[in-house]
Amino acid sequence: MSTSTTSAPPPGTQDPPPARAAPRRRTRKTARTGWRRALRRDWQLYSLAILPLLFFLVFRYLPMIGNVIAFRRFEPGGSIFGEQWVGLRYVRMFLTDPTFWQVFRNTLWLGGLTLVFCFPIPIVLALLLNEVRRRSLKRFVQSVSYLPHFLSIVIVAGITMQMLATDGPVNHVLGWLGHEPIRFIQEPEWFRTIYVGSEIWQTAGWGTILYLAALTTIDEDLYEAARIDGANRWQQIWHVTLPGIRPTMITLLILNIGTFLAVGFEKVLLLYNPLTYPTADVVSTYLYRAGVESNSFSYAAAIGLFEAIIGLVLIVSANQLSRRTVGTSLW
Amino acid sequence: MVSVDRPTRGYRVFQGVNGVILTLVVVVTLYPFVNIIARSFSSERQIRAGEVTLWPKGFNLTTYKIVLQDSMFWRNYGNTVLYTVVATAVAMVLTTCYAYVLSKKQLKGRGVLVGVAVFTMFFTGGLIPNYVLVTSLGLKNSVWAIALPNAISVFNLLVMKAFFESLPTDLEEAAQIDGLSTYGILLRIVLPLSKAVVATMVLFYSVSFWNSWFSAFLYMDKTELMPATVYLRNLISGATTGGNAGAATEQLSQVGANIQSVTIVLTALPILCVYPFVQRYFVSGVMLGAVKG
Repeated sequence: MSTSTTSAPPPGTQDPPPARAAPRRRTRKTARTGWRRALRRDWQLYSLAILPLLFFLVFRYLPMIGNVIAFRRFEPGGSIFGEQWVGLRYVRMFLTDPTFWQVFRNTLWLGGLTLVFCFPIPIVLALLLNEVRRRSLKRFVQSVSYLPHFLSIVIVAGITMQMLATDGPVNHVLGWLGHEPIRFIQEPEWFRTIYVGSEIWQTAGWGTILYLAALTTIDEDLYEAARIDGANRWQQIWHVTLPGIRPTMITLLILNIGTFLAVGFEKVLLLYNPLTYPTADVVSTYLYRAGVESNSFSYAAAIGLFEAIIGLVLIVSANQLSRRTVGTSLW
Repeated sequence: MVSVDRPTRGYRVFQGVNGVILTLVVVVTLYPFVNIIARSFSSERQIRAGEVTLWPKGFNLTTYKIVLQDSMFWRNYGNTVLYTVVATAVAMVLTTCYAYVLSKKQLKGRGVLVGVAVFTMFFTGGLIPNYVLVTSLGLKNSVWAIALPNAISVFNLLVMKAFFESLPTDLEEAAQIDGLSTYGILLRIVLPLSKAVVATMVLFYSVSFWNSWFSAFLYMDKTELMPATVYLRNLISGATTGGNAGAATEQLSQVGANIQSVTIVLTALPILCVYPFVQRYFVSGVMLGAVKG
């Protein structure tokens, strides 16, 4: 019954499809009546958007505005927008703060190492998995490699510390090789290795998902054609497979670059300790200690704003660059 | 590319090497789990001696008893359950409503509504303004400090929106002609058709709330309000020794190292139990979200 009504609606009844097709044209001319009509017709839909919009305004946009406390003196318990203008005082403070520059350098190191190691490994892993012929085996390897992604970062940190403890498996192996045990967690020179290593362990498998999906969309005929042209396996990978997954690679690269400065705040917070601060302390952990632990909210907000702006600039310019050079972009 | 090439010698060698590499990947990924589980059942002395690898040495359940008798652990575990349920429920309601609105292509102002959400993926207020906001809203020490600031994940929102857009519009139009309101259509037509995506979203949210620790760490001042993840965090950072209920001191010093293993196992347990069953939903959800919104 309902199918007959949709295919041939009786004249006079409310008739959504034409109304759906039309409004684009009309809006230009009579914007106000357009809005009035839209509100009258779709008020129930708009009402569903109220609570979510409230969420975005309060918990996402208000904090963005709240960043003005970077330029105002903030008293704990006072207005969330601070008490009085102090100009660039807090910006100058962190720009002349030697600790800030140290944590900034650490951030660049950790971010750079993460990008260099954590970005390509999923691609290689996906290519290797793609060559596995037995589906059950492939599925098994995938399931296992995804697993660490589902664990709390606290658990990952806990496991990392257990593995690297003086009586842990890693030191045990070192013992076999006749090496003195290393107190990994307390040594600043080990922190970067530990951080990047645990990051790879947790994310590499999960990172393959999108690449594997992209691989399945590559046209078989392209391989056929390449073979007829005499391409061997490596040449096929180089000339067909990699260009096939290039849009995915670039999208993920842009996203990675955008989060460059925000490296692993939670993980660093869980893994570091005062002994490893010289290499482990990053911008976000430093501003956490300055803000939440030492109550210098305005100072910390200034650092946070700096971090967010650099992140935005990075992602916009990476996007721009890739649109110009390879024609792929996020927007 | 499966089985089209004639397997050359070089390719067979490659297959062998590939197999070895992937086996290594599996071993490296799994070994820490196996080792942690083995440690949790082992005696402290043998852990210290580095004898525990794949199998428990000096099997005992003392540490499990100590942790499970700790009333604070149960309290925190209960908190995790409570926070996960409340936060997931709030998140599901808000995300579903907004995703449904965004999926209506003819809706005036839809582009703006999408933009409001997507912009927050690239620019955020940052830790300090959020902290100040939550504190001055008086949400500290309540479940709302965890549930409200994370009520919508834009990624999940886009996944749901994409799914709603893929539903046939005829059904909704028919229901509208039959006199159902928008709310009625959403509740009685769209949601019953969307069980798969709703289930996936519930999984996404509940796993992320189950695993989260930082908001609780920031906004909960009292130990009895903390979730299990923060209990574990305090344990590994050495802030507390854990197991304070009725455990004799010498018993405690005996289990100092594997108490962490036990807590890790217990905190990860629910995830490890459901993992084999839910993993494929996550994978398909991620694929859906990767489609440009």
